[in-house]
Amino acid sequence: MLHVENLRVSYAGGGGTQTAVLRGIDFHIAPGEVLGVLGESGCGKTTLALSILSLLPASTSVKGSIRFLGQNLLVLPERELRRIRGERIAMIFQESGSALNPVMPVGRQVEEVIHAHRDWSLDRLREEAHNFLGQVGLDPSIAQAYPHQLSGGQLQRVQIAQALSCRPTLIIADEPASGLDPAAQAEILEMVVQRTHAALLVITHQPSNLHVLSRSVAMLRGLTSRVLVMYAGQVVEAGSLEQLETSALHPYTQALLACSRPSGQPGARQKLPAIPGYSASFFRLAAGCAFEARCGRRQAVCGEREPDCVDVGERQIRCFVL
Amino acid sequence: MTIRSGTLLEARNVSKTFTRGRWYSDCGVRALDNVTLSIQSSSTLALVGSSGSGKSTLARCIAQLEKPDLGEIWFDGRSLANFTQAGFRHLRKEIQIVPQDPSASLNPRWTAAEIVSEPLRVQRWGNEKKRYVRSLELLESVGLDNRAPHQRPYQLSGGQRARLALARALALEPRLLILDESLSSLDLSLQAQIINLLIDLQATYELAYLVIAHDMTLVASMTDQVVELCKGRIVRQEFFPC
Repeated sequence: MLHVENLRVSYAGGGGTQTAVLRGIDFHIAPGEVLGVLGESGCGKTTLALSILSLLPASTSVKGSIRFLGQNLLVLPERELRRIRGERIAMIFQESGSALNPVMPVGRQVEEVIHAHRDWSLDRLREEAHNFLGQVGLDPSIAQAYPHQLSGGQLQRVQIAQALSCRPTLIIADEPASGLDPAAQAEILEMVVQRTHAALLVITHQPSNLHVLSRSVAMLRGLTSRVLVMYAGQVVEAGSLEQLETSALHPYTQALLACSRPSGQPGARQKLPAIPGYSASFFRLAAGCAFEARCGRRQAVCGEREPDCVDVGERQIRCFVL
Repeated sequence: MTIRSGTLLEARNVSKTFTRGRWYSDCGVRALDNVTLSIQSSSTLALVGSSGSGKSTLARCIAQLEKPDLGEIWFDGRSLANFTQAGFRHLRKEIQIVPQDPSASLNPRWTAAEIVSEPLRVQRWGNEKKRYVRSLELLESVGLDNRAPHQRPYQLSGGQRARLALARALALEPRLLILDESLSSLDLSLQAQIINLLIDLQATYELAYLVIAHDMTLVASMTDQVVELCKGRIVRQEFFPC
């Protein structure tokens, strides 16, 4: 349904410089499937989401192809894109507090999305908006409230109601549950899977979020979820979540997953597994593998050239260690 | 590994209500309801609970940024209610707080060295030269490199800014450090790095921590006591022997 091939995005900097942020991304999503994108901040996850809907600033250079139901979204005129945004591909943004209009009641904001794509009467719009607010577990009376009157979890639900309102075939969710406590995060993620049959592209830095998602997808849709692990604008490992959790192959994936489930007794003052150093910066990428400086299994070749993506069974890995 | 010598902080039956609407109306939010807990020196108490359960209010009461309506808070054998204004000035050295969003609390126009020496200046510690030298030591102790002292917050990454906020809180050698979700906005590996650093600092400075966390998985290793709040009440209290 969605095919992304060799996607390269560079942001324009001062003095005509270009900073490559996505450096050749390939993936595809089938109808109803859930694809997770896992990576630390600054690895290009959000740029990936925004590039699919052509929401990046005009000065950005986007190369490669993004094919959605046979159309290349990168060459589509703005008028056609507007028909796709919201109706066929919906997006749940990272910070719901700033994604919603602060001076418009939230019910109106849900109506607005439907109104952009359907030629319905005001009454019917309102009815439909209330219906979707109810579906995401909110009381319809909340429709009159302004964003500042609602909690973080409620705002997140309003955004989900907006995303569901035109029954899209693909929903892109950028950190759909960040800033909430773990119980609320799980509830939100499970609800998204329950309320729609759409394919989901979920961007997150928390492996536990993907775990919750894949569990409910397996239960409700009988599908396994796949994950792309991103580092410095490249996919370093891709495979099913189960494979990754049981036997991650790339040193970065292994380290990232080790961070998320530290072992040891509470109170023992045992040091946690951590990846040394900071994430690679796009401004100072060296010739070799971007993870080389932080990698515990680096070899001489890692600093010399970039590893290619190789297939190992059903997974793709970008590393020399294999 | 840690030396535990008596109670450092004690909260006795602390309650706090925030009034909504007019002051005489009785519709209020009971943020804390009869909370009693104690922290030993050089130990860690983790405060958990869903959002809106009163965790931050309790932290703010302990840090003297908020006054409890009822109940008393004792620090090092003295009740905070009996302190004079001058006494508070001294007390502030002992209890420091790292706020929820550390980056937002850093002055964007100051260099890291200036940010770290501000609390020293406020407390009239040493002279300008000595404060500068001390700030370099502090920045080094939290693992920032030798370029950092002259950089401004926007030139630092999120993890480096969290370290900077930590260095500032440590400047006055407090005995209790309150971390109000200070790490939750960071990547997992950075959170783990900082928690490892906190474990080391606790051993060096004999610090006690009050850590507020959504999620216990990462902080469990350094925790001696967990207190869970729900709607302002303590619903679980658990000690980890070590």
